[in-house]
Amino acid sequence: MTDAALATPEPAAPERLGVISWESGPRKLVTVYLPLACFVIVLLFPFYWMAITTFKPNNELYNYKDFNPLFVHSPTLANVKKLFFDTDYPQWLWTTMLIAIAATALSIFASVLAAYAIQRLRFRGANWVGLAIYLAYLVPPSILFIPLAAMVVKLGLFDSPFALILTYPTFLVPFCTWLLIGYFKSIPYELEECALIDGASRLQILRKITLPLAVPGLISAGIFAFTLSWNEFIYALAFIQSSEKKTLPVAVLTQLVQGDDYQWGALMAGALFGSIPVALFYSFFVDYYVSSLTGAVKE
Amino acid sequence: MADIAQKWSFAREASPGPNLLARLFDWKPFLVFLCLLPAIGLLVVFLTYPLGLGLWLAFTDTKIGRGGAFIGLENFASLYHDPIFWTAVGNTIFYTATATIGKFALGLWLALLLNHHIPFKSLIRAIVLVPWIVPTVLSAVAFWWIYDPQFSIISYILKDVLHVRSTNIDFLGTPWAARLSLIAANIWRGIPFVAISLLAGLQTISPSLYEAAMLDGATPWQRFRHITAPMLMPVLSVVLTFSVLFTFTDFQLVYAITRGGPINSTHLMATLAFQRGIPGGQLGEGAAIAVSMIPFLIAATLFSYFGLARRKWQQGEGND
Repeated sequence: MTDAALATPEPAAPERLGVISWESGPRKLVTVYLPLACFVIVLLFPFYWMAITTFKPNNELYNYKDFNPLFVHSPTLANVKKLFFDTDYPQWLWTTMLIAIAATALSIFASVLAAYAIQRLRFRGANWVGLAIYLAYLVPPSILFIPLAAMVVKLGLFDSPFALILTYPTFLVPFCTWLLIGYFKSIPYELEECALIDGASRLQILRKITLPLAVPGLISAGIFAFTLSWNEFIYALAFIQSSEKKTLPVAVLTQLVQGDDYQWGALMAGALFGSIPVALFYSFFVDYYVSSLTGAVKE
Repeated sequence: MADIAQKWSFAREASPGPNLLARLFDWKPFLVFLCLLPAIGLLVVFLTYPLGLGLWLAFTDTKIGRGGAFIGLENFASLYHDPIFWTAVGNTIFYTATATIGKFALGLWLALLLNHHIPFKSLIRAIVLVPWIVPTVLSAVAFWWIYDPQFSIISYILKDVLHVRSTNIDFLGTPWAARLSLIAANIWRGIPFVAISLLAGLQTISPSLYEAAMLDGATPWQRFRHITAPMLMPVLSVVLTFSVLFTFTDFQLVYAITRGGPINSTHLMATLAFQRGIPGGQLGEGAAIAVSMIPFLIAATLFSYFGLARRKWQQGEGND
């Protein structure tokens, strides 16, 4: 209760400038809930707009005078039907998924081994290798795609999904390795020591002790890798040419827009259904995602 | 006992083949080599080598499907006299500076809001991250439609609902409007990452510091200035470096919304490099533009390094 006594000299001070305060009531409504509501509305509005455009018939889409554009008056599936039956959309979804899964599997395999070696095998220079891998993450695809395009052509991989499966790990491996190093750190080393004393080999330890304990870390690294490869754009744009082999983000932008006649309904449907798999995938693991994201930043 | 020991050693020597292999796998240098091979191999072949190749290509006149000859600084010399290149450099710097300031101002505000005790906090946090999860190109397509000259919803609200304007806004038709529209889209996409990362930083600050400050009669601004800001600095510097790095090399938003138009006025260095290098086929010139980004990236990385070093100093920890 000395707190109250000490606080009395300036009781009005926190009230007056209440920017961060723990007070509730009308002040909190104005300083916290109202701005927060604005943020949520602005951040979600493009998706709302995407969704209602998808289900609008064409006469509503281009007539703001008679129909309030913020709502759908007579919803239709025509745009969705057009997208799935008149274009290669299912094919693009399938290709993107296969490429994302293959690139993720390859990256997780490489990252687990590298993270285990750096964090647990404790060789000389392990920190330097870790730093080098971290620096690799700082090399952006924007400066790599031109020489990679030259390489891909030379290797005969141009216009092949393998061009993407092999190049995506350049940004996935550094990220996953760092995530997993952090995760391995949190697993007690004593468990491995016990197994070593019992005569297990290093690889047995990795397979039977460390990996089962690291499953949450593997899942979050896997989600990150999957969403990053699903979202990748510049390599897919540069290395793939034929329409049916394109990944979804590239195909939506290059195949659904023909000339000046934009089919906004179908285009928005394409964007919506391309976002849904990632959003669903993410919503199942949102806690892993947030904790590993913030963990990776804090690391 | 001796009998058992003898049996054991016998068993060990009985099968030298697998044993040798097992011992090889327990030999640390070999194991380290084996474990690092996939990751380092992939990175050397598809990252380090292309990085070097890119530097080399910048000094050649390579075209797609045809090897080039060394031409010295000719690519850079022609870029030096190319007004479009300088527009792209100016755009990139302006885009990075403005978008970063916007993202961090709004992201920090959102993080401070989310740091309050509010109901459905985890749900709101999950919703806020959505713009960051969804493929950038697909949300860019939505922005393209929002920025439509004729059917823009923003124009509709300003003109027909609020009656503050009498004409539609031509978002992407004039250079400055297009640049600002792109920056707005980039800020929109960047807020979630900044906010969630800074929120994690805010949550590590002990409430007792605020209590102590309040007992001393600190105003909310003083609390922010002398507790929140310095304690947040380590996380802030890392997030800032990443944000600057990825905004500077941004490609997707600009390519999807304007493709560098109107009349090449919104090109960033990355989109110009792509336009010259891939559809234009001038790999050498494209590489030269990409290489011109490297000095800026090194500056950003050094900034990150010193940010990290400062964090260790602030926390008073050793080297690990």
